[in-house]
Amino acid sequence: MRRASWQEYQKDIADDKYYYARSCIRQNFFPGSEKAFLDILGKDLGIDIFDDPLHTSCTGIGYHSDVVPLETIMTVVARQFALMAEAGYENFISSCITSFGIYNEVLATWEEFPETKERTRRYLKEATGRELVLPRSIAHTSDIMFHHRRAIAQRAKHRLVNVHTGEPLRVVEHIGCHYAKIFPKSGIGGSEFPYVLAGMIEAWGGDVVDYPERRHCCGFGFRNYLVQANRGYSIANSHKKLESMAPYRPDFIVANCPGCAMFLDKWQYAIAEMEGTTYGADGRGIPVLTYEEMAGLVLGYDPWELGMQMHQVDVEPLLDKMGVAYDREAKYLGRGGKYIGKPAKVAVNCDEERRIYQIKR
Amino acid sequence: MAKRVVIVGGGPAGMQTALELKARGIEPIIVERDVELGGKVRDWHKLFPSFTPASDVLDPIIRGVKSAKIRCFLGQEVRAIAPDGVTLRSEERIHADAVVVATGFTLFDAHRKQEYGYGLYSNVITSVDLERMMNNGRVTLADGSEPRRIAILHCVGSRDEKVCQRHCSKVCCITGVKQAIELKQMFPTADVFNFYMDIRMFGAGYEELYREAQQRYNVHFVRGRISEAAQTINDRIQIKAEDTLTGRPLRMTVDMLVLLVGMNGNRDNESLAASASLNIAPNGFFEPKDSFRGAVCSQREGIFFAGAATAPKSLADTLAEASMTASTVAEYLNHKYNTR
Amino acid sequence: MRNINFGYGISRPRAIDIDNNDLRKSNAIIAEMPELQACIGCGSCTASCTAGNLTEFNFRRLHTAVRRGEYKGAYEDINKCMLCGKCRLVCPRGINTRALIMLIKRKLGDF
Repeated sequence: MRRASWQEYQKDIADDKYYYARSCIRQNFFPGSEKAFLDILGKDLGIDIFDDPLHTSCTGIGYHSDVVPLETIMTVVARQFALMAEAGYENFISSCITSFGIYNEVLATWEEFPETKERTRRYLKEATGRELVLPRSIAHTSDIMFHHRRAIAQRAKHRLVNVHTGEPLRVVEHIGCHYAKIFPKSGIGGSEFPYVLAGMIEAWGGDVVDYPERRHCCGFGFRNYLVQANRGYSIANSHKKLESMAPYRPDFIVANCPGCAMFLDKWQYAIAEMEGTTYGADGRGIPVLTYEEMAGLVLGYDPWELGMQMHQVDVEPLLDKMGVAYDREAKYLGRGGKYIGKPAKVAVNCDEERRIYQIKR
Repeated sequence: MAKRVVIVGGGPAGMQTALELKARGIEPIIVERDVELGGKVRDWHKLFPSFTPASDVLDPIIRGVKSAKIRCFLGQEVRAIAPDGVTLRSEERIHADAVVVATGFTLFDAHRKQEYGYGLYSNVITSVDLERMMNNGRVTLADGSEPRRIAILHCVGSRDEKVCQRHCSKVCCITGVKQAIELKQMFPTADVFNFYMDIRMFGAGYEELYREAQQRYNVHFVRGRISEAAQTINDRIQIKAEDTLTGRPLRMTVDMLVLLVGMNGNRDNESLAASASLNIAPNGFFEPKDSFRGAVCSQREGIFFAGAATAPKSLADTLAEASMTASTVAEYLNHKYNTR
Repeated sequence: MRNINFGYGISRPRAIDIDNNDLRKSNAIIAEMPELQACIGCGSCTASCTAGNLTEFNFRRLHTAVRRGEYKGAYEDINKCMLCGKCRLVCPRGINTRALIMLIKRKLGDF
């Protein structure tokens, strides 16, 4: 992919000593990804990262759905920062794009409207007895992974290359809207040509696919998917993207936003049921990975340890392409070999035999 | 001894001012940054609204400057100006009895509108690239084939706070109409779509040309600004806009996207202005003393303006203004030296 | 496909899709009356329209949509016109709007 401008948009990312803020929904949809992030940084790269059990949801979903008022979310954000300072950290990193947008938005609001900051200071003190502190740096966890991409490449067990053909894998990168569309300067590469995921893909041997709807929203949109009557236009956005990327025959999609990764994955099943259309080379769907899963595969982590059995679209064809060894039988065995249950087979699962679907590729 | 006037800029404004000063017995000296005279019009193929070849206008002026033996410092940049002369980057000083600032404008750098992919997508070009192609005698897509559907986007780098250019560049609308007609003449079966926010046809014959583009050449005018362009798998350009006259989003794929780039104030206007205590208007151009009776005068006595240094202007306006500058300068010198 | 009732479907895009619209009718209309393209969207026709003051009928929007290949509902809509001719009187571009209405009716009768 040709790209001219991303170097112009750089941001300072701390090298070490991170305070980790988790995402609410990722712990349900991709429970292995946050663990993989902590393991890759803490164990593989030897970086100081603190996973604080005291912090809470940023309440971003409630905020975007009009049930959490601005004053409340500002106070919650202030509390997270205060916890960070109490733990002795200054570099705040957020696992969620929604939260990342919230933190940036709140910081910008405090700067532009100092009276909101003073009000928050008071609320925080009254509610928790804590003092308002600002982080020295704020980054999304995909920024952190991007920052350490070369160190990960050096430790790579697998590359983003098709081991059968020797060709680089074609990867669609999808950036969450609130990563850089609110504040272009908050993202690596800005908002039109974000480089945060593309940089990882290129560093680990893959090819980035630039397709016409690359910049389009996945359709998550909070109140759209929360209200059943509105889900039609939530899914229409993912549908538009999948239609647009299909001719490029991507090997997988990687996203840096909890909602995007979930919807680009799960909507493929819903589209198959609604329209009879499946995507991907053999009509078995296009696997959708988080960047932690992508990094984990590159570093040789076991795909089931990474939690990839939680995906709607099966990842086995991708694992085979990358030459990743895995135990087919262990897919639905959780921690300690405990059987976690197996989902019903649907069109986008690779051992599904019914083939009445129209394959888009 | 003849009075001497240094003219900063060797484009149409500077050259025309020089010629008319010379005709009044005043000695003009042109300092031009480029190694050639002529300015940006050199790249232009034909001029609106008459389709006069740009060289028909420019060449006689350049020949006039040469045959009048007007001294030209080419490839020399002016660092500072004052009523009694200019200082070059080389620190050489050229003394004069008056100075004319005819430094023109800078074309908007289309790379800055990242959403259009200029420089990334091979069939996204600017209006200037199109003129150069026409000058070279062949307009094609990057692969050498003929375009069958072309979009022309107005106001790229004009009327746009996102790139700090709030002003209207004035000449792009009529250029877009002219280029649409030229494209239809070259490729009669092609579809040409102009995407505009407002159509501003300020000059004589412009509105008539607009109508001709619509009715005779069947150019489609869509009122809406293209919000983003993306390359498709076969190197075509997918564009999105709102068709504001139907109130619906509109999307289509074109073979070629032409960006009508605007006119910006020069980057060094600030430092030149500071060297002589001149004012810069909020749009980045030099601010004249007043826009009615002192349009070619600066806030400083002895420093004058000509052409697009003070605002986006057409070539016709620029040449007319150069005459006014010359007579104003001549009157100033006359008054200054006869009353002392 | 299974017959699952999700309670919603995939919303269809509202965008005018020039690539996939059938522009043959619109091209034929413009070829027959090129002056239609001279419209500058001033809205005088709609402002003066007898029918437009009582119904949703908007001639400016209608013929613009037709030129983009959006024909659905155009024929039914155009039947609201009372052919009074006021629009032709006010059009600053001198477009023969009445003739245009008859032309669109003729061309789009089967849409």
